[in-house]
Amino acid sequence: MQHTLSVLVEDKAGVLARVSSLLARRGFNIHSLAVGPTAEAGMSRMTIVVEAPELEQVKKQLHKLINVVKITELDRERSVEREIMLVRISTTSGARSDVLEIGAIFKATVIDVGQSSITFQVTGTPAKLSDFFELVRAYGVIDMAKSGRIALSRENKARKLKAVGQ
Amino acid sequence: MPTISGAQALIKALEFEGVDVMFGLPGGAILPAYDPLYDSPINHILARHEQGAGHMASGYAWATGRVGVCMVTSGPGATNLVTALADALMDSVPMVAITGQVATTSVGNDAFQEAYTTGITMPCTKHNYFVTDANDLANVIHEAFYIARSGRPGPVLVDVPKDVLNAQIEWKDPTALDLPGYKPTVTPHPRRIKEAIRLIEQAERPVLYVGGGIIKAEASDELRQLVSAMNIPVVTTLMGRGVVADSHPLTLGMPGMHGTYTATTAIQKSDVLIALGVRFDDRVTGDPDFFAPEAMVIHADVDPAEIGKVREAEVPIVGDAKAVIEALIEEWGDRPAPERATWLEQLHRWQREKGLKYDQQPDGKIKPQFVIEELHRITGGNAIVVSGVGQHQMWASLHWGFEKPRTWINSGGLGTMGYAVPAAVGAKAGMPDELVWAIDGDGCFQMTSQELITAAVDGIPVKIALINNSQHGMVTQWQRLFYGGRLSASQLGVGAVDYVMLAEAMGCAGIRAETPGEVAPAIEKAMSINDRPVVVEFVVDRDEMVFPMVPAGGSNDIVLLGPEDL
Repeated sequence: MQHTLSVLVEDKAGVLARVSSLLARRGFNIHSLAVGPTAEAGMSRMTIVVEAPELEQVKKQLHKLINVVKITELDRERSVEREIMLVRISTTSGARSDVLEIGAIFKATVIDVGQSSITFQVTGTPAKLSDFFELVRAYGVIDMAKSGRIALSRENKARKLKAVGQ
Repeated sequence: MPTISGAQALIKALEFEGVDVMFGLPGGAILPAYDPLYDSPINHILARHEQGAGHMASGYAWATGRVGVCMVTSGPGATNLVTALADALMDSVPMVAITGQVATTSVGNDAFQEAYTTGITMPCTKHNYFVTDANDLANVIHEAFYIARSGRPGPVLVDVPKDVLNAQIEWKDPTALDLPGYKPTVTPHPRRIKEAIRLIEQAERPVLYVGGGIIKAEASDELRQLVSAMNIPVVTTLMGRGVVADSHPLTLGMPGMHGTYTATTAIQKSDVLIALGVRFDDRVTGDPDFFAPEAMVIHADVDPAEIGKVREAEVPIVGDAKAVIEALIEEWGDRPAPERATWLEQLHRWQREKGLKYDQQPDGKIKPQFVIEELHRITGGNAIVVSGVGQHQMWASLHWGFEKPRTWINSGGLGTMGYAVPAAVGAKAGMPDELVWAIDGDGCFQMTSQELITAAVDGIPVKIALINNSQHGMVTQWQRLFYGGRLSASQLGVGAVDYVMLAEAMGCAGIRAETPGEVAPAIEKAMSINDRPVVVEFVVDRDEMVFPMVPAGGSNDIVLLGPEDL
């Protein structure tokens, strides 16, 4: 089962190695991992998608790392998650217009065009990316790269309304 | 403003933390730090191998309750320390290790004696640091000590490149800790305490299962109060021996693979298991699916990751053992102690009928259990006992009556052979007025005996009871029981080593006992020698096995009491 974790870490040398080493040592499989700065100076956010039967141990073990500040488990309903994918598709079969049409449906951006291929940038949920990929696959995918998932929890509406009520 | 070197700052930072003794071995990259140490009030003990320095720091920490400190050089110095760090992590020993590193300008270039120390030690330390600016040293050392001793204690490593040690800086006392991701939970949740007491109130066959966490939290006195207030029998794990006196009428001894029948079986039959500062280690639980099948579990630990890791707890409590026990006692209030007559009578019957046994014939070979019991009798039990790993460790744990915490030091989780001699040196260095006896096996002794040279030269008079059966005894036992007696690579050679001569060659006194009648005189002679370390070799019965025994991975319902049960 896949779980998405949003992990706030101190931006210190080796913190990525600590997190990935710990997950490997405890036998948790990393599906994707994306790291980048946050709005707060000195902090980074890791969005980790892990394969694990249950998440409690993963979270507890991660918490033991001194540089890990906060861990949030993101469920689909109460979070937004996006991924970016770059796909180069062969157009030698004369299907360029077909491919462009599919791209338009998915609001994909053409970022490179050549004699024999076209490269799209697609942004969206993992499901959208996977749908797009399946559709263009038949035309001949030359190469593909994905960013890994990044995610944030949605604003907690209940809490916000309560705050307004006070 | 006068400046000092990074090396001076490092030593000053150690002094600032109150370090009185440290253990180490110099070398190229760490050399700058050894120069200011020459003028420092810190007593440095020169180990003969870096692993020894690490175990010495561990023995010191166990005996004193303070953070053990060791310092070694880069590359092989650091890699030799890895075993001691992994050992300390498994047994939650507060330690700070300083390692030298090649200059920052050479890092990553495969320089002479370069190893990626922080990378290598990441999974075997609680935390580690790579210091790139000498101005950070005071704060890093301060944080390292705090992390090592707080929460669930553990080893912290600080890797310092040579150019950082040589840099000139202005000393500033460490500032307040800046650890946004590290806030151990000490105080337990009151609701959990209420739930725990509700379960204990209803319990008919409760058992306290307590371990090393009680020692780390210095909670032995509180635990004894709790035992009396609630009249609950106690089992003490290998790491927790002595937290309640073995002479206490409610103490059942050690549980698990080589535990007493009563301790192991009491857990199996319990209806409420109160686990404090323990981690349901596989050596205790056997097959976890069959462990304490009827019990509701209350599990308190300062490390939340231990709760529910092996066994789901009906009442999980995160908190420091002392705070948890105090809260439990307070919540119990002035309720009278339940009588539990049926349960206690059952346990006492098991103790009478299924107690430890061995057969020492007056004219037979020396039984190792007899050595332990004689040692206990002659010392009156007033000693810090340190052991290695294997048969001798189990015999020592089973047959020595422990009365106080911090009088039993051994390698539990990692099972590090060779732990005893250096850990004994560290314990004695920390507690020079205490009698320190290492009970070691010959396999273990051959791994780290050179640290006796350290003990002899630095005037640390430890005593070693060497249980010599000329073999890796536990390996041999398993080969006899589970591998058809095929003794593959487990035999060390009868008479292969003259341990008396070896001891004397290292500046120690050497004594040998070969018959049961020689055991007591040999111990008495050892007790009379206090100007140097003593090694007493006991040539014991090679066929003796450790019992009780639960075969590995089996259910704890089946406890073999002796060879006749096989």
